[in-house]
Amino acid sequence: MKSLKASGHNLADSARQLQSLQDKVAETLQLPRFSQKLEAVGLFPLRPVELAVFQVNMGKMCNQVCRHCHVDAGPDRREIMTRETMQQCLDTLAKTSIPTVDLTGGAPEMNPHFRWFVEEIRKLNRHVIVRCNLTIILANPKYHDLPDFYRQHQLEVVSSLPFYNADKTDRQRGKGVFDDSIKALRMLNAVGYGQPDSELLLNLVYNPAGAFLPGSQEGLKRQFKRVLQDEFEIVFNDLYAITNVPISRYLNFLITSGNYDGYMEKLINAFNPAAALGVMCRNTISVGWDGFLYDCDFNQMLDLKVASPVQHIREFDAEALSQRAVVVNEHCYGCTAGAGSSCGGTTA
Amino acid sequence: MGTYYDPADLKKFGNIGEFQKELADKFFSYYGSVFAEGALTAREKSLIALAVAHTVQCPYCIDAYTTDTLEKGCSEAEMMEAVHVAAAIRGGSSLVHGVQMMNKAKELSM
Repeated sequence: MKSLKASGHNLADSARQLQSLQDKVAETLQLPRFSQKLEAVGLFPLRPVELAVFQVNMGKMCNQVCRHCHVDAGPDRREIMTRETMQQCLDTLAKTSIPTVDLTGGAPEMNPHFRWFVEEIRKLNRHVIVRCNLTIILANPKYHDLPDFYRQHQLEVVSSLPFYNADKTDRQRGKGVFDDSIKALRMLNAVGYGQPDSELLLNLVYNPAGAFLPGSQEGLKRQFKRVLQDEFEIVFNDLYAITNVPISRYLNFLITSGNYDGYMEKLINAFNPAAALGVMCRNTISVGWDGFLYDCDFNQMLDLKVASPVQHIREFDAEALSQRAVVVNEHCYGCTAGAGSSCGGTTA
Repeated sequence: MGTYYDPADLKKFGNIGEFQKELADKFFSYYGSVFAEGALTAREKSLIALAVAHTVQCPYCIDAYTTDTLEKGCSEAEMMEAVHVAAAIRGGSSLVHGVQMMNKAKELSM
């Protein structure tokens, strides 16, 4: 399977995605725009709070081509962060006290400078999260020691596992992904990740394999813990339930499966002001592979740069950025439905 | 209206309060309590509801609890097994009456 970009799909164009979402909400469904919903609860314009997470997208290259991927990542994507841009990130971090650095992609480990970057961030004494897709660990012998590398640098590992069986997982993430994910989880457990007496955190990400919302995070966690322990002897710390945001490949799935109207209507009707108050874009800055700054990884994929005179990591200015309004659009309904959704799970 | 069952009517369920608010409010409050986490998990209750939906053959309930069980992380095998439980009870309820038939036939026969 190719990325939308490599296959020349019209949804590879972010402007078309935004137009489609706006037409769907305002014209087809005749429901309020996201900004109107925020306004009605006194949250528009949406203002940032203290910066807590510095999220770096190290590139769109990935060994997987997942059907729901908001990045449109895959082996055919060549856009990855240069060492020079990473150095600009490090210079920024050194000038601030942002406590957490969240590394994502694509598969961040495929960036040739990944290990150097992690080592340099750890020298700055920041907590580092790596969003590991699990299968990368088995994709090539040069990655087999990643669990040990993560352990050595005390990284928090956050990994997607959309279901506790092969059928649903492979339908979303590709054939054989579940079996390889199980092997990788065992390798992580073997070096201490997710073990009850260990400080090495292994958190899983659940996102629905279809056009429905995630149920109770606590209930899903209980079920995943039981099945993964009983059937595979795998342990983990926490499970984050994340709602699929209707952009990129997931948007394409919604359209081609005839679920677009129903899903958008469901998201909008489930708008929760408490979830809107806790959205992650308020305490996060997202750095793109080319150094541009965004309010979140979804905005990054839609080319919606921060609404600030400061738009690139080389000119980072925390004070100027704190004055901005978060850029919102119709896809933001994905983070405010029900119990809310963020890279760290529910928010309300 | 071209059909007795319109899928779009499911989301209008709450509108039954337009004709009798007090009873509707009591029903939905009770409904919410029934499906909350309790001695049974919300997930177990959702699977029971899916089975019952097939027994009462309510298209709205089948749509609603197919979605709900998926949202609660049930596997498709679990969902189909729940439907088989409904089918087994329905089939069994017919067959167990076969004993009554046998009793009566024996009573009447030489």
